[in-house]
Amino acid sequence: MTFRKYLVLAGITVCATAGDSLLARGMKQLGNINVSLHNLSGLLLAILNPWVTAGILLLLAFFACYISALSWADLTYVLPATSLGYVLVALIARFGFHEEISPTRWLGIALIAAGVGFVAAGPSVTPSRQHLGSHGASRDPVSQEVKL
Amino acid sequence: MKDIYAWAAIGLIVLTSTTGDVLLAHSMKRVGDVGELWQRRGVLAVLGRVLRTPTFVLGLMAMGIAFYSLLFGLSWGNLSLVVPASASLTFVANAVAARIFLHERVGRRRWIAALLVAGGVVLMAV
Repeated sequence: MTFRKYLVLAGITVCATAGDSLLARGMKQLGNINVSLHNLSGLLLAILNPWVTAGILLLLAFFACYISALSWADLTYVLPATSLGYVLVALIARFGFHEEISPTRWLGIALIAAGVGFVAAGPSVTPSRQHLGSHGASRDPVSQEVKL
Repeated sequence: MKDIYAWAAIGLIVLTSTTGDVLLAHSMKRVGDVGELWQRRGVLAVLGRVLRTPTFVLGLMAMGIAFYSLLFGLSWGNLSLVVPASASLTFVANAVAARIFLHERVGRRRWIAALLVAGGVVLMAV
């Protein structure tokens, strides 16, 4: 794991969280405009809302970080990183907006943080794959398929 | 009656998003280290190789179905039931599926982590 790879994992957490929040804010702002497949103009208007646009862009960035992480790390290693967003939101709510956080939620935060710590302390990729991965670009797809 | 629909939607979300994650992970392992490929051949080579991987497109479709199942689930059940239930069950289902289909070494460390995160997500939503 290099510094650049930790940055990609951080990108997953931050972009997913910020994207969801911006999207939620934009959709609330649109309020009772009925956004559904039956109301295509409503759907298009929703995309024009700057909060929604920013949210969608951030979620695209999240997806790019997510699939690039999956190209060099195990799924079971990358997934806990996505759950750190819950912790991030709670901490921003507590220290940014001075909201109260119930003891149950603190316990939830502790459990998620402990889970992420457990995974992060271990190997990021199953060993045979690490070997495969480091020569990934030069292999031809056919021999790869056999190994998979 | 509504509860059955909500749990059916939760089951569908867990199934489709796990399928999507496994397919995406499988296709990205076939593509190889994206960072290396980007440095060597540029961003277009990365995009081309990713989009030409059939399991990637299937994974995207599964993710799309998962998203619409979530929308349906939210119209049948409470936000406070559907979101945490599907999110936490997906963590456990992904650990099982990654072991079976991706042959990832899911040791005691990762099992504990999957269960801790799943439990934590439920508590966060209470």
